[in-house]
Amino acid sequence: MAIHAAAHYADHAQDDHHNHKPHGFFNRWVFSTNHKDIGTLYLIFAFIMACVGAAFSGVIRTELMKPGLQFVQPYFFNQMTTMHALVMIFGAIMPAFVGLANWMIPLQIGAPDMALPRMNNWSFWILPFAFTILLSTLFMPGGAPAGGWTMYPPLAIQGGNSVAFLVFSVHLMGISSIMGAINIIATILNMRAPGMDLLKMPIFVWSWLITAFLLIAVMPVLAGAVTMLLTDKYFGTSFFNAAGGGDPVMFQHIFWFFGHPEVYIMILPAFGIVSEIIPTFSRKPLFGYQAMVFAIASIAFLSFIVWGHHMFTVGMPLGGELYFMYATMLIAVPTGVKVFNWVSTMWGGSMSFETPMLWAISFVILFTIGGFSGLMLALVPADFQYQDTYFVVAHFHYVLVTGALFAIIGAIYYWWPKWTGRMYNETWAKVHFWWSMVFVNVLFFPQHFLGLAGMPRRIPDYNVAFADWNLVSTIGAYGMFLTPIMMFLILRRSLKSGAPATMHVWEGTHGLEWTVPSPAPFHTFETPPVIHDEDLAHGDITH
Amino acid sequence: MKGAGLMRSRLGGFNWVLGAALAALTGAAQALSQPWQLNMTEGVTETSRTVYGIHMLAFYVCCVIGFLVFGAMIVAMFKFRKSRGAVAATWSHNTIAEIIWTVVPIAILIALAWPATTVMIGMAHTEESQMTVKVTGYQWKWGYDYINLGDKPYHVHFISRLDPQSDKTRQLKSGLDPFAVKQGNDQTYLLDVDHPLVLPTDTKIRFVVTGDDVIHAWWVPELGWKQDAIPGIINDAWTNIHDPGIYRGQCAELCGQDHGFMPIVVKAVPMAEFQKWLDEQEAAYAKANAPLAAPAPAIPTPAAPPVATGASAVPTAL
Ligand code: HEM
Ligand SMILES: [Cu+2]
Ligand SMILES: [Cu+2]
Repeated sequence: MAIHAAAHYADHAQDDHHNHKPHGFFNRWVFSTNHKDIGTLYLIFAFIMACVGAAFSGVIRTELMKPGLQFVQPYFFNQMTTMHALVMIFGAIMPAFVGLANWMIPLQIGAPDMALPRMNNWSFWILPFAFTILLSTLFMPGGAPAGGWTMYPPLAIQGGNSVAFLVFSVHLMGISSIMGAINIIATILNMRAPGMDLLKMPIFVWSWLITAFLLIAVMPVLAGAVTMLLTDKYFGTSFFNAAGGGDPVMFQHIFWFFGHPEVYIMILPAFGIVSEIIPTFSRKPLFGYQAMVFAIASIAFLSFIVWGHHMFTVGMPLGGELYFMYATMLIAVPTGVKVFNWVSTMWGGSMSFETPMLWAISFVILFTIGGFSGLMLALVPADFQYQDTYFVVAHFHYVLVTGALFAIIGAIYYWWPKWTGRMYNETWAKVHFWWSMVFVNVLFFPQHFLGLAGMPRRIPDYNVAFADWNLVSTIGAYGMFLTPIMMFLILRRSLKSGAPATMHVWEGTHGLEWTVPSPAPFHTFETPPVIHDEDLAHGDITH
Repeated sequence: MKGAGLMRSRLGGFNWVLGAALAALTGAAQALSQPWQLNMTEGVTETSRTVYGIHMLAFYVCCVIGFLVFGAMIVAMFKFRKSRGAVAATWSHNTIAEIIWTVVPIAILIALAWPATTVMIGMAHTEESQMTVKVTGYQWKWGYDYINLGDKPYHVHFISRLDPQSDKTRQLKSGLDPFAVKQGNDQTYLLDVDHPLVLPTDTKIRFVVTGDDVIHAWWVPELGWKQDAIPGIINDAWTNIHDPGIYRGQCAELCGQDHGFMPIVVKAVPMAEFQKWLDEQEAAYAKANAPLAAPAPAIPTPAAPPVATGASAVPTAL
């Protein structure tokens, strides 16, 4: 595979003519327009935010270790639950996926960079400002937002001026996400190498294409919802204020019209990642490629019409409840198809279990467990019991931590040698995996029991009957807090002294990203690669 | 296990494992969760039992699917290992299998949706109730108004808040032991109130639920549902409690700093006893405060205007 230097292509920025990295730290990172550097920035940012979010959950789990209030006041506890969710969702999971998109989409479709490199720089650099604003509320009089990440009025606007900062930072995150999404769509639709038909694209690219449309559709809805909160609080409007003729439930409808697609924004790219890793280590093509694409698309479509399942207890009319129940249950069908296809990919393969494969397999199992609780939650009469309990907390941590986060970690271990040109220590990486696998379940599985036994979510203290499982859960949390440190050390050591990686890195790899050297040069595919279908992850457009 | 010996056996479902240790324990109908409890309880109403049934049905369905899917994965991981010399097949497609695993789940979903729908229709049927209680969520306490019993309107109103013993213990660094908060032998930390909601058994009771300041949710697990208490909106729900006893629950919608400290206690007693209690309360009201004995619609709660409008629409007799 030849890498041609100094080819000219559109939309380049100042340094793109040469195969040199820009000189100086500032020039290279702050003014970066290179998709790889921006991808790296996103991933580092996501890692830092994940640590911040973990620190907040540390406060939560420590206070919940025993009944009685030992460490923090209830109001501060509520700030922690609110900030934990906001930081993890908007600061860790979403930016991590965007980072992976930046790194991998151009490499996987044979493009020299993202379509809009300067906008790419901007969408990243908004994020540190958004989160500085959000996190600064912790140090303001009145503290951080404490009304839950769902920001339900009237409670959410009872807070102090943190409301204004929250709204502004959400606007910024939204701008960043929308620009990132536009960039991804523009790149995928315009910059594919000749011969890279849509139905030959790797599933990761497909999953991001669809996710980007979801982002563009729903981030403005969130922006609208929070803007109405802002004007209700500061400018005397009554969108959600019953005393002024407004309706607090309307906020929930608007929020969840954003919120449910949002949860799929956090899982579709994970589906893409797992659909890359499993075929590689099974040495067998992905089962049902077109069905996988179709399943992602139909999940994305359905995600717009099921938001009411977050609101079964607000007192919707019977017809509304029935509709949202049926629609929600329907999502289980394409989700099931995906799981069956992953298992069928493994079936009849020639599997080996390197670190990325371990994360991918654990994803399939644990995400499916989250899907099971999702199915149970979709049944309205049962949800009347589950709603707002720890059962829901268990559900969304299975889909988001052992789902989205595990896929991200798997992706990092999968593509790291391509990015850095170095392998990591396989033994330690496996220790990291098994450690996480054990403690994440110790942390979240008992939360199903707590919810079913009657423990509400978002409470700082509880009846003594809940003491035992809460202690177990906290032990699991402490185990999990060691995992970012482990990962950091493993990757740092790899950077310093890891064995050099080969071009293909793993035995079973297919696709364009494996046709460039490891580490991937600063500029790749400046002339479009010649595509040989048999080298692609999916070259068979008939299925 | 602490206090477990006094509880009625409330275990079911996937906790047979621990069930052996606990299942034989019986006592008065007391709704407190057990240490190490694993599953939802059946509750004490017809509805709560059907809800429990749906929960268990869904759980078993998930177990079966999980067994098949995870089983296949485990078999694959052993059989198709490269280290055992497995050679990868090249197929990536199987129409019949794909049709089966699309159609069979749809059939399973219909089998789940069917009973759920029936139960929902029943739960939505709040008509033909014998009495009405209005529940109002406040930051951070509950207000209860007895609107009517049969044809007779009542004006009984009271506020129900966290019991003083729990309240003292729950202060930050109080140094008091939550395990020491007891009602008789029950460990009621954060699950006890000064004035419980007294209700008759074997009576169809309609609740009208609203919020005064922010959104709360009224939830007693043993009754089988929760209902959001929303300012400006009146929701309704109903129950018909079978067994006399004390049933405890909590607010289930984040409502501010003391959200964790506004429990709900329902005391269910036979109708005769209830009637006597209610008439005593009514008499006490009538005697003690002429100014408070307003006509039924003017419920003495400071409410947002739409609430007040809604409240006056609450029927005083059925
Ligand atoms: C089989 C597919 C799924 C079904 C049927 C499902 C169903 C549900 C339902 C009914 C609720 C509302 C529970 C309640 O509040 O009472 C819920 C909550 C939630 N789900 Fe799922 N879910 C599914 C998959 C997912 C996925 C893939 C994600 C994200 C990756 C996700 C993330 C969440 C989150 C974050 C919440 C809680 C939001 C909150 O209240 O803070 N779910 N799910
Ligand atoms: Cu949802
Ligand atoms: Cu509350």
